[in-house]
Amino acid sequence: MNGIDYLVYTFLGISVTFNMLGSIALHRFPDVYTRLHGATKSTTFGTIFAVFAVMAHAFYRLHVTGDPKYLQMSLHSLVALVALLLTNPTGAHAIAKAAYLTGYKPKKAVVDSYESRIAGHVKAEPEEGEVKP
Amino acid sequence: MMSDPFFYAALLTAIAGLITMLRMLIGPTVPDRVVGLDTLNTIVVALMILLGAAYDRTIYIDIAIVYAILSYIGTLIIAKYLQGGLS
Repeated sequence: MNGIDYLVYTFLGISVTFNMLGSIALHRFPDVYTRLHGATKSTTFGTIFAVFAVMAHAFYRLHVTGDPKYLQMSLHSLVALVALLLTNPTGAHAIAKAAYLTGYKPKKAVVDSYESRIAGHVKAEPEEGEVKP
Repeated sequence: MMSDPFFYAALLTAIAGLITMLRMLIGPTVPDRVVGLDTLNTIVVALMILLGAAYDRTIYIDIAIVYAILSYIGTLIIAKYLQGGLS
């Protein structure tokens, strides 16, 4: 056991904890939007730390053995992390917009700005046309 | 053995994927199931990266890159289908 082992254990612990919290959040929240909030953020954060653990392991093996296979493993896991970070928030945004436009309103919501924005955007133009002349 | 902690992390991540699959099975509405699918895609990408480090195979991590991009396209197409067209 040296310092790299403890670093890898710490990163793997954070990764597993946040992935597990993200999957439990799907069962603990009452609504589509709150479930999306809990699950997407937690699993993205957990996957970031899984990639960090793999990169620390691969750089340590590269330092010990000098095999270029480990450099390839580290860089490809970084490319996977970049692809996940670009695509995951966009998919969550598309799901939330689709769920709202399908007709599922947020439960227990006090203020719904998006509804008033849609209603204002649809209704404002004829009212202005009526008022002006 | 250096590769042992990656196997345990992969096992716990697979259990998290099973809990997510339970929400996909019992989800009362259709967007709930889509949220479960999106979460399961992220967890499977993490699982592929951890197993690629555990078995010392770089090709698993390449498959994780392709799976991340293709699952994003799948989620986006399901969302556009749910909201009723490209609008």
